[in-house]
Amino acid sequence: MSTSVRRKMVEAREISKHFGALKALDRVSFEVYDGEKVVIIGPSGSGKSTLLRSINGLETVDRGRILVDGIDIHDPKTDINKVREEVGMVFQAFNLFPHKTVLENLTLAQVIVRKRSRGEAAERAMGLLHKVGIPEKAQAYPSQLSGGQQQRVAIARSLAMGPKLMLFDEPTSALDPEMIGEVLEVMKALAREGMTMVVVTHEMGFAREVADRVIFMDSGAIVEEGAPAHFFTSPAQERTKLFLSQIL
Amino acid sequence: MADKGQRSPVIEVGDGAAIPRPSDVGLFTAWRVAFFGAIAAVAYLAVTRPDPYFRILTFVPDGILVTFKVTVGAILLALILGLFTGLGRLAKNPVINGVASLYVEVIRGIPLLVQIFYIYYALGRIVHIPDIYSAVIAMAICYGAYMGEIFRAGIQSIPKGQMEAARSLGMTHTQAMSHIIIPQAVKVVLPPIGNEFIALLKDSSLVSILAVSDLLRRGREFASESFTYFETYTVVALIYLVITLFFSKLIGLMEERVGVDKRAS
Repeated sequence: MSTSVRRKMVEAREISKHFGALKALDRVSFEVYDGEKVVIIGPSGSGKSTLLRSINGLETVDRGRILVDGIDIHDPKTDINKVREEVGMVFQAFNLFPHKTVLENLTLAQVIVRKRSRGEAAERAMGLLHKVGIPEKAQAYPSQLSGGQQQRVAIARSLAMGPKLMLFDEPTSALDPEMIGEVLEVMKALAREGMTMVVVTHEMGFAREVADRVIFMDSGAIVEEGAPAHFFTSPAQERTKLFLSQIL
Repeated sequence: MADKGQRSPVIEVGDGAAIPRPSDVGLFTAWRVAFFGAIAAVAYLAVTRPDPYFRILTFVPDGILVTFKVTVGAILLALILGLFTGLGRLAKNPVINGVASLYVEVIRGIPLLVQIFYIYYALGRIVHIPDIYSAVIAMAICYGAYMGEIFRAGIQSIPKGQMEAARSLGMTHTQAMSHIIIPQAVKVVLPPIGNEFIALLKDSSLVSILAVSDLLRRGREFASESFTYFETYTVVALIYLVITLFFSKLIGLMEERVGVDKRAS
C-alpha cells in the first residue's frame, strides 16, 4: 500500500514577497513531506509568519510558486477554498468566532464548506473537544474561556475539517505562561498521530522534542535548516549561533 | 502584530436623540421627567381647555400614522441601501467602490430639505407615484448614505483575524461575510442605527412641505383654519417629544437585550 517515495505536502519554489520597500521573503525555497513536522524559528520580522501564511494563500507572493499537495495555489484556475479545506491554520490571536458557541465554532465550516449534516458535524466536534480536553465547554462562548482553552478550541476547529496539513502561527505567543503547556500538549499529541505540521514558534523545547526539521529564518531568507539534535547543538551559521545564544 | 480581537468596538454617533441607559443617571431622570411631563401636560390642557386642545388632539392622529409610515418605510429602505453602500465602500472593485463613495459624498453634502425637494420633483418627471412614496424614497436615499457609513465602520471594526480564520476554514468571501463578519457587525451598528432611526423620525417632519399629511402638516392645516397657531404647535411639539422619547427608550431596551456583549472578556 505505502509508497517508498515520500509525498511532498508543501513545495515552495523561489518565493519572494515585498511589503513596500521591505523584503519579507527573498527567494525562499523549501518543502514539507507528508507526516513531517517542521518548526520555523527566527527573530521577529524575519518573514517566518509571512512564509507560513503564504502556504494557505492568506499572503500572496510576488514571485515563485507554492504547491500544496501538488496543487499550485497561485494558479488562477485553482480554487483556493478547496485547498484551504485541506490546510488547517491556528493563529496567535486564536480568532475564534465570538458570536458562536464553542460547538458552533467547530461545526459551522463542516456544515457550510464540507456539506456534512449537523448531526455528523456535532458528533465529530464533540469527539475533538474530548481530544483537546474541554468537552464540557461545548455550549460556552469563547469569551468565557481562558486563553489556553480558546487556543485548544481553535486547534479542534481546524481539525474538524479533517486537514492533511496543519499550520501554526506562533500558537502560544499570546498566552499566559501557565497556559502554554496545555496547548503544546495538544500539539504534541497531534504530532504523535502523524499529522503533517508546520509550526512557527519561539518554544525551543517543543522544537527539540517534536520537530523532524528546524528551519531558521532571518531577513526573509532561510539561513539554516537541519534536524533539531544537530541544529541546536552545533549550528553551522554564525547568525544561527547568535540567535540561539540569545534565546536559549 | 497580533490583533487582539477581544476588545468590543464602539461607534459613537450623536445626531439622533439621547438613548437613555441606566448607567447614565442624569439622562435617565431627564427622560422620565420629559416623557411623563409631556404626557401630563397634553392631558391637562385637553381636560382644562378642550377648545382648542382636545380638538387638536382629535384632528392630528391621521398625521401621526403618516409620520410612522414615512419613518418606517424610509428606515427599511435606507437599511437595505445602506448595507449595499457600506459593502460597496469596502469593495476592491474600483467601479463599485467609486459609485458607493460618490453617492455618500454627494448626499452628505446636500441639505436634507433640498434633497427632498429635488428628489420629489425629479421623481415626478419620471414616474407618477403617490406623494408619500416620493417622500419615503427621498428620505431613504438621504439616510442610506449615512447608514452606509455606519455599516462600513461596523464591518471594519471586526478584527481582520475573523475573516482570515473563516477563509482558512475554506469559506468563500461571501460565506465568511454572511456567517462571521456581518452578524458581528450588526451588534456594533445597532446603537448608531437606533440613533439614525430617531433622527429620521424627527426629520420626517420635513416631508410636510410636500403634499404629505404627516403630523406637522395636519397641525398646520388645523392651525391655519382655527388661527390657533401657538396652541397647535405646542401640541405637535409635545407629541413629537413623546414619540421620540418612547422610541429612544424602546431602542435602549432592545440594545440591552440583543447587544448582550459576548465579546467582552
